[in-house]
Amino acid sequence: MLIKTQSNSQSNPAIRSSEITDESVYLQRRQLIKTMGFLGAGALIGSTVSKTANAGFFDSKDNDSNNFKTTPLKFTADKDNLSLIKTPEQKVISHNNFYEFGAQKHQPAELAQNFNVDPWQLTISGECDNPITLDYDDLTTMFPLEERIYRLRCVEAWSMVIPWVGFSLANLLKKVAPNSSAKYVVFETLHDPKQMPGQDDRRLGGGINYPYVEALRLDEAMNPLTLMSVGLYGKTLPPQNGAPIRLVVPWKYGFKSVKSIVSIKLVSKQPATTWQKLAASEYGFYANVNPNHDHPRWSQASERRITSGGLFARNRIETLPFNGYGEQVAHMYKDMDLSKYY
Amino acid sequence: MSKKLTTSNKVLIAKVVIHLAAFLPLLNLYYLAFYDQLGADPVQRVIHFTGIGAFNLLLVTLIVSPIAKKLKQGYFLQVRRLLGLYTFSYAFMHVLNFLAFDLQFAWSLFFNEVVERPYITIGMITFVLLAALAVTSLNSIKRKMGKSWQKLHNYSYLIAILVSVHFYWSVKSELITPLFYMLLTLVLLAFRYTKLKALILSMFTSKTR
Repeated sequence: MLIKTQSNSQSNPAIRSSEITDESVYLQRRQLIKTMGFLGAGALIGSTVSKTANAGFFDSKDNDSNNFKTTPLKFTADKDNLSLIKTPEQKVISHNNFYEFGAQKHQPAELAQNFNVDPWQLTISGECDNPITLDYDDLTTMFPLEERIYRLRCVEAWSMVIPWVGFSLANLLKKVAPNSSAKYVVFETLHDPKQMPGQDDRRLGGGINYPYVEALRLDEAMNPLTLMSVGLYGKTLPPQNGAPIRLVVPWKYGFKSVKSIVSIKLVSKQPATTWQKLAASEYGFYANVNPNHDHPRWSQASERRITSGGLFARNRIETLPFNGYGEQVAHMYKDMDLSKYY
Repeated sequence: MSKKLTTSNKVLIAKVVIHLAAFLPLLNLYYLAFYDQLGADPVQRVIHFTGIGAFNLLLVTLIVSPIAKKLKQGYFLQVRRLLGLYTFSYAFMHVLNFLAFDLQFAWSLFFNEVVERPYITIGMITFVLLAALAVTSLNSIKRKMGKSWQKLHNYSYLIAILVSVHFYWSVKSELITPLFYMLLTLVLLAFRYTKLKALILSMFTSKTR
């Protein structure tokens, strides 16, 4: 699949030198890729990083035998976005907004380790000709997997760069053949209070109503950037990141990228979504990353990019319209007032 | 053995305990944050830690006099200034964390946020009031200020209310914790019902005159 991210990053003057990988790291990576071949090299880089990065204070408390087991995936590497400095794996898997496992960012990594993802069923139904249900193994075998290195911009004004592994949602939707009434795609997270303590305890779960529901317009869902992710850093997803399958919509705020999905439904009318229902003035249906439309309680004009580095990391950068993916997605909104449809 | 302790020794011990309990966590926090061992986003962690820490210290400061009264231990009151100064120090670090590590000295953004975001505006007003109390806590200034000192330091009750509003308003959706803090604040103010009633009445009457 052709995605114009490379041309985008070259023509985009907003890519800063701080986003470019150190040469030594770059050369190491080239060497590794050269040695191992492209296929699966991501997995090796990933596991190396996980063992060395952030081996400090908090790791010592972890009980390895209790930890969720992730397995390496086979995928085509993303060669177009190597210039993006990735957020260290240890940070990607320990800083999560997944209220089903606790509303504080360190909680999902602590409370989700016994989450059971196999067996799993993902049902795709609604306004389509061939509704299907995928089992756990289908998620990683039905489509060829590709790595996508995407920026992730949280509505709370921090961001990461994450090497996802997955397949385009469009491939899956084509398989079920949406009919002419299908206008929106609704995603639902598993509802299982026995496994997800946040669904069982209002305080732990951050006071939101479950199951978590998100949705996209059909054209947004069909956009080649829209990814169904089954892994990150070359391995299957850890539960705190939305195992076994999650959505990734890189030009929208992170809360649109719903985790641990059990249902995808094609519908004719725009549905109410979780955060929109909770505070419509703060979280819109579209939730496109937009530096010109502030959250009522904070500015969205800039963000802090989480990479390695402690308290003194100078990591505040300008936020780009559509999170820098305007070239691929802006056309879908060209006649819309983005301050009204935020 | 406690019988042998003079009052001034008891105060000294209490102060040492307060220093250890308030200062060591800060030292530990910034050590870990500096070496990137405080989770993925040390900036958020230090902001939250110092913010909630300041609130905790304020509540402890406010519970001293009800306890001293109840136990008839007047010397307890001698630790209030230290607790109050630690409350201010935590609040100062809270604001500094926001300015230096979150906004990274983007001053225009800082001023915009203070003016445009009501919960930050309230936070800043609270901080300015706290700073006024901290500055006037020196004995020499206290003596010079005479009666107006107590008037100024009665603002600690308003500060407690403003802080609980700031906290409530700052969270995304989990309201139980800030509501619990609000309740604690109200309980502590309830101990001073008579005093507060008189204060409010005097404000009301002076306005209408």
